[in-house]
Amino acid sequence: MSVRVQREDFDVGAEVRRLAAGRTDIGAIVTFTGMVRSENDGRGIAGMTLEHYPGMTESELARVEAEAGKRWPLQASLIVHRIGALNPGDNIVLVVTASAHREAAFAAAEFLMDYLKASAPFWKKERGADGAERWVEARHSDDQAAERWARRQ
Amino acid sequence: MPVKIRYFAWVREKTGKAEEVLDLPPDIETVADLMTWLKALGPEYAEAFARSDVIRAAIDQAHVKPTASLAGAREIAFFPPVTGG
Repeated sequence: MSVRVQREDFDVGAEVRRLAAGRTDIGAIVTFTGMVRSENDGRGIAGMTLEHYPGMTESELARVEAEAGKRWPLQASLIVHRIGALNPGDNIVLVVTASAHREAAFAAAEFLMDYLKASAPFWKKERGADGAERWVEARHSDDQAAERWARRQ
Repeated sequence: MPVKIRYFAWVREKTGKAEEVLDLPPDIETVADLMTWLKALGPEYAEAFARSDVIRAAIDQAHVKPTASLAGAREIAFFPPVTGG
């Protein structure tokens, strides 16, 4: 179980190999990678900057990860989130979950992403293809995605 | 009591500062009280907290509601709804 906030890119294959190294109890690994698109709400995107709340970010991610560990039998999990300047095609976030069977790994990965989006203190500022900058607005659908897990508690 | 106040994203841009230490009057008891008090500090604060209904808060790096008490708080943060992931 670990979380990282970093400027550098991550290598999904290397992260999965490190997480599974020497383990023989893992039967299923699910990875989710979030990436920067060149279009958002019909607007061309040239890049974005990710700001966060150092300290609170790490504690929120650890809290969300611990909650996933309580709900599903996970052998391991990892959250990596990038900050700073990113371009279309760049990786933003990585979630990896490992379990004995696929159901827990799939469900926990989806839960981690939904809760991360609803509670981890990151803010995206997009730079449009026209050079204009704007803060990305939170989507109501993201809050709804997190709430459906709360109802299952 | 002196408390560190931190601002993030467009709240930071509008106030023009990332953080400051403020001496809060004793009648400021909740997060909502504090937002109302901050609004009166100057035009940049009035602008930053004009949409106070959408601004989220954290006390000592944990999410709180506007009704949360400030008692014992060391660090209070204000920010827009989060947009990570």
